[in-house]
Amino acid sequence: MFRISGSPINPEALKTQLAAAGAGACVTFEGWVRDHNEGKRVRRLEYEAFVSMAEKEGACIVAGAREKFGLDHALCIHRVGTLEIGQIAVWVGASAPHRDEAFAACRYIIDEVKHRVPIWKKEHYIDGDSGWVHCEHCAQPGRHHAAETTPGESTAAPRIKAAP
Amino acid sequence: MRKSSNVSTETRNIHLGYYAVLREQRGLSEERLATAAATPRALYEELRARHGFRLGVPQLRVVVNDEFGSWDTPLQEGDHVVFIPPVAGG
Repeated sequence: MFRISGSPINPEALKTQLAAAGAGACVTFEGWVRDHNEGKRVRRLEYEAFVSMAEKEGACIVAGAREKFGLDHALCIHRVGTLEIGQIAVWVGASAPHRDEAFAACRYIIDEVKHRVPIWKKEHYIDGDSGWVHCEHCAQPGRHHAAETTPGESTAAPRIKAAP
Repeated sequence: MRKSSNVSTETRNIHLGYYAVLREQRGLSEERLATAAATPRALYEELRARHGFRLGVPQLRVVVNDEFGSWDTPLQEGDHVVFIPPVAGG
């Protein structure tokens, strides 16, 4: 099962849903909001989802993982809304007869979710700037968007950064 | 609009949904639009010219009626179209 949640994730409650008599392993993954990214200090994150498509695509990933790895259960919950540093943004859990499958499935699900599911993340920085992850650096240079500029800030510099 | 096609000048009513960076650049979450654009590609280029969207077609995917679709499939009256910016879950 895959779900988008507007309220905080409760790992203990989710873990009980993975129980199975035949399961010898349970692996869970929590993605946390951290205070920095690509050299910038992050104050908070804002997640947005195309909920109907995200839940459809996410369910497809989780069902695919159950099949591929022979899992007993698998579950993924992704937050939307404003998240503070340290909060759980995404939770993945997989139970299986043996640990190899549980580890691999957990990794597979989070990788696929990040890659495919229509969820977007906006970083709000300590310096007052903000930006949509993966959307700012690939945009055309030299067309800085006025709405992303706070009053008094220079609009001269494009947001494109050189690769490290 | 006139230059785009000699196939058809009929217009279709399309329901558009916007998310993330496109929602902010458009200033709306959704709208209805009468357009002569025959495909999602033509529709996006029309919107991009009008609203200055910075992302180009190669950076986007398109969803038509809750299914990932092709850029060149003809649009139908009443279609619900969403352009998907690069995703960043997790």
